[in-house]
Amino acid sequence: MKFCVCIKQVPDVQATVQTGRMVLNAYDASAVEEALVLNEPTGDPVDLVLVGGPGATETIRKALAMGATGATHLVTEDATDSHAVALLLSDHFSQADYDVILTGKQSQDSDAGLAGSMLAARLNLPYATNAVGLAIEGEKLIVTRQGDVGQEVIALETPCVVTCSNDMNNPRIPALKGIMAAKRKPITTVEATLPEPRTVVGATMDPPSREPGVKLEGEPEEMVADLVRRLDAEAGVI
Amino acid sequence: MSSILVFCSVQENRIKRSSLEVMSRARQLATENGLSLGAAILGSHASSLVSEATAHGASQVFTVSDPVLDAHVNAPVIAALEGILTTVQPRLMVAASTESVKDVLGALAVRTDAAVLPDVASFDLAGDSVVCERPVMAAKKLAATHTTHPLVFVSVRSGSYEASEAPVDGEEVAVPFHFDPATLGATLKEIVTQAGDTVDLSEARVVVAAGRGVRDEAGRALVQQLADITGAAIGASRAVVETGLFPATAQIGQTGKVVSPDLYFAIGISGAVQHTAGMANSRIIVAINKDPDAPIFDVATYGLVGDCFTILPLLNAALREAMA
Ligand SMILES: Cc1cc2nc3c(=O)[nH]c(=O)nc-3n(C[C@H](O)[C@H](O)[C@H](O)COP(=O)(O)OP(=O)(O)OC[C@H]3O[C@@H](n4cnc5c(N)ncnc54)[C@H](O)[C@@H]3O)c2cc1C
Ligand SMILES: Nc1ncnc2c1ncn2[C@@H]1O[C@H](COP(=O)(O)O)[C@@H](O)[C@H]1O
Repeated sequence: MKFCVCIKQVPDVQATVQTGRMVLNAYDASAVEEALVLNEPTGDPVDLVLVGGPGATETIRKALAMGATGATHLVTEDATDSHAVALLLSDHFSQADYDVILTGKQSQDSDAGLAGSMLAARLNLPYATNAVGLAIEGEKLIVTRQGDVGQEVIALETPCVVTCSNDMNNPRIPALKGIMAAKRKPITTVEATLPEPRTVVGATMDPPSREPGVKLEGEPEEMVADLVRRLDAEAGVI
Repeated sequence: MSSILVFCSVQENRIKRSSLEVMSRARQLATENGLSLGAAILGSHASSLVSEATAHGASQVFTVSDPVLDAHVNAPVIAALEGILTTVQPRLMVAASTESVKDVLGALAVRTDAAVLPDVASFDLAGDSVVCERPVMAAKKLAATHTTHPLVFVSVRSGSYEASEAPVDGEEVAVPFHFDPATLGATLKEIVTQAGDTVDLSEARVVVAAGRGVRDEAGRALVQQLADITGAAIGASRAVVETGLFPATAQIGQTGKVVSPDLYFAIGISGAVQHTAGMANSRIIVAINKDPDAPIFDVATYGLVGDCFTILPLLNAALREAMA
């Protein structure tokens, strides 16, 4: 099946100090990995599309180095609003022909989790979110999604859109051969204008800080007795 | 009169506590701003839940009672909510941020031309704007976000508000629903559940969460004992879910669930930001970890440095005695 994966460049949220280093959204890396594994037997293409500034080329190369076929870079200023991104992506896909469009289940930085299902609705395609497993069965895609209670197994008609959890797999780290090959892979760049965002991000603050805690060290029996006393007398939770 | 509509999530024939929390906040905003408060309930038992919604202040409860809505499939849920939204035309639709809600919000926003403020920690009305604070960067930061769009959806993290009752004489409004399964494009084949899957972590006042330090069945039995003694729901880190020791439904964090109980035990959990993103709002956090430098101690109220296989048997015995 022909796959296209929507990928986003995000700040490295894990870093304790933000240095401006940008990475491939972890959820999108899982989507790329899954598409590559599913298409390995047939050699069908796994394309990429990214909306973002010129500096995002690095992230596109990284996903190409994992093994993706080719990429389209819709060059805009940096894109943060899911609504605006979904609009641009739906324009892109209305001129393309894919069996399956994958996105991450959310952006690691904004945790919005909207662009995938917004894109599906714009394209009027069936979709599933929060996928933890994918399989091809004839013309259908079998999606296992993590629901509120257990895992829901859904057969989706293609074409369709699926948003992927990082619980789906562990994305491969590109090997040198892949990195070299990625340098020669085609990236189509298209100048684009981001539509008006629907939500506006203002000030960013530190969350309310927690009271400093106490660390109990020593003999296990003493620590446990101390803890139980504090849970009762100080915290009032038992 | 314009209104606020609360989309209620239902589990085991009850409105989820997280939905009642959202309803209580919505009621407060409705009163302050002279808006009416409505609720939306889907599924064949919807009518039997109307009284629970009116007990929490909803004066109109919009129901769609089709059995196709009993198991979660996104297309019919979207169609049902679209029908309700067309009838009600609210200023705001709010819901608890459950997996089922996250599944439909984006598509529903496209279909009904709405703006979405997802997974917020707080929300308010300010003149023309709907404003909120959202955790971003794996909850290391809070971003003030707003929209002036005429129709807005807000999903709210569990534990952000207290649920409280405020009974009104409400009425049920059954909303007509026509859904053509031929347009579905998707079939729900099965729902695979594991033991512990039906526990709603967001409802629990006490959560015992296990990490990779709880490495085997013996560790799991100790964690289960602690949960039984404290009446806790069991949570887990991603690393220990990967080993298969705990179900994926138990995962807490950026990919998993957000919880904020009164008491949270982190057993053998390192405290990566993607984990603390889902539990740092718990009132009291007890961490047991053998590494004194584990980052979990930065958020812990009480940190115990040591081996959980030594500490848990002692703790379980002491708590059993203290709580008897
Ligand atoms: C995009 C993304 C999303 C993620 N989402 C989530 C998420 O939702 N939830 C989540 O949990 N993680 C998530 N992660 C993974 C996260 O980064 C960590 O890898 C994970 O939380 C680690 O789990 P852990 O603390 O159990 O394991 P480890 O990091 O391996 O830590 C185990 C801890 O147990 C301690 N220990 C070992 N033996 C004992 C013992 N006998 N007694 C006491 N202590 C012991 C060790 O000192 C150590 O601190 C995500 C990662 C990414 C990239
Ligand atoms: N700028 C972008 N370019 C391409 N894909 C994107 C972009 N932003 C978001 N996406 C896709 O949409 C998913 C979820 O987006 P969000 O609504 O931002 O959480 C991401 O995991 C990506 O797959």
